[in-house]
Amino acid sequence: MIPAKFDYVKPASLADAVAALQQAGDDAKIIAGGQSLLPVLRLRMAAPSVVVDLGGIAELKGIREDGDKVVIGAMTPYYDILRDDLVKQHLTLLAQAVATVADNQVRHRGTLGGALAHADPAGDLGAPALVLDAEMVITGPGGTRTVAAADFFQGLFSTALGEADILTEIRFPKFTGWRTHYEKFNRTAQAWSMVAVGVALKIDGGTISEARVGLTNMGDRPLRATAVEQALVGQQATADVAKAAAAHAAEGTAAPSDADAAADYREHLARVLTGRAVLAAAG
Amino acid sequence: MTQIRVTVDGVEYADDVEPRMLLVYYLRERLGKTGTVVGCDTSNCGACTVHLNGQSVKSCSVLAVQADGAEVTTIEGIARDGQLHPVQQAFHDNHALQCGYCTPGMIMQAIDLLGDNPDPDEQEIREGLEGNLCRCTGYHNIVRAVQDAARRMKPGASADTPAPAAVAGGGQ
Ligand SMILES: Cc1cc2nc3c(=O)[nH]c(=O)nc-3n(C[C@H](O)[C@H](O)[C@H](O)COP(=O)(O)OP(=O)(O)OC[C@H]3O[C@@H](n4cnc5c(N)ncnc54)[C@H](O)[C@@H]3O)c2cc1C
Ligand code: FES
Repeated sequence: MIPAKFDYVKPASLADAVAALQQAGDDAKIIAGGQSLLPVLRLRMAAPSVVVDLGGIAELKGIREDGDKVVIGAMTPYYDILRDDLVKQHLTLLAQAVATVADNQVRHRGTLGGALAHADPAGDLGAPALVLDAEMVITGPGGTRTVAAADFFQGLFSTALGEADILTEIRFPKFTGWRTHYEKFNRTAQAWSMVAVGVALKIDGGTISEARVGLTNMGDRPLRATAVEQALVGQQATADVAKAAAAHAAEGTAAPSDADAAADYREHLARVLTGRAVLAAAG
Repeated sequence: MTQIRVTVDGVEYADDVEPRMLLVYYLRERLGKTGTVVGCDTSNCGACTVHLNGQSVKSCSVLAVQADGAEVTTIEGIARDGQLHPVQQAFHDNHALQCGYCTPGMIMQAIDLLGDNPDPDEQEIREGLEGNLCRCTGYHNIVRAVQDAARRMKPGASADTPAPAAVAGGGQ
């Protein structure tokens, strides 16, 4: 219940934070909202010697418009994302996914950057980031670079972030007018996804002109269900079309088997949830 | 040791704490505010819920050093002049507790919920209390108590409790 001892620093600038991480080497851990890190430290599944708190760097928090992009600071809590007008207008899928995460208390503290950096395959933000073509802006000892969501997630709890790298902001193209839905399956309240499906559809005159489908917890990282997307494009959004397209949902996935569910059950869930998500998105 | 300054239930404190000290232990063991309890090891139960700068948080999942400069309200800080907070009174009147262990967290989360949404329907109450586990009541009377509290706290309601204390929560 009590974490092992660590030193604590709370830098006031990004440069100081990178320097603190560099100095501490692989023994340092960033803390953002702490909603994944503190449970891990309390169970002593990790025992860093230094914890670097990003909470003192004002520029990492907030949501702004930048031309055709919506930019969300890594330290922006879920709670703020849910109430933001830019998100409500241009990134409905993100808001729908955030609304399913944990509970109010956790959503007050947990941040978008923390969730993406944590890269839990059962986490609910990875698939929406992939579907919405998010770009991760990363600052480290070598300067600042941008990594596409598709290249950011590299496996179980593993990302393109290096030891002294900080995810500073997440840039999203606007998906204005797209029809979206996040369909999550779990058995208890405040729980991660057993499987979830995020769908974004562009519908012109009743016909699906573009389709994007993302899967949560169907592999060691978030995945796009490209076969489903291809089956949807050019079709009317009917129940039959949704069902036929959803039959492809488990193709190319590598669902885990664990205490929650066996892989074949997850594959079944992926198909069922995809069908539901497509219909709900098409509305 | 790191020095922190926090205001807890209206009183300012300056203390040296180990960085690893969780806010809940700072409240309980340093300040003696044992009204806030620990119910789990996994951040799930919500028994430890307090308000940090007006927003509900699980105080087992916040470091005391992260509360530096902040204002904390616990279950011990919501009654006014010997009068229970309307949410406390509603829990009492609606038998919304049996063993009482989850109650401090339930009440703090219910106050946060009513701050965001002063007139919640049953479903919104259940979802708003999703992060708080109760193993006795089956939740029904808790939901009733929150509905009752919402009625009492409506501006102009002829409440049988005196003027409610300001509602924290929402933070915006
Ligand atoms: C009870 C409970 C239920 C939950 N349910 C869900 C759920 O249903 N779905 C879901 O998706 N999640 C769930 N979560 C996890 C939650 O979403 C976490 O808040 C989130 O995963 C981490 O965000 P954080 O800001 O708290 O990060 P932290 O816990 O502070 O950090 C997480 C990790 O990311 C690193 N990190 C953080 N920020 C950065 C950054 N800017 N740059 C580089 N590295 C960084 C940290 O070093 C750490 O390794 C739940 C958590 C709890 C406690
Ligand atoms: S003790 Fe904090 S959530 Fe259980």
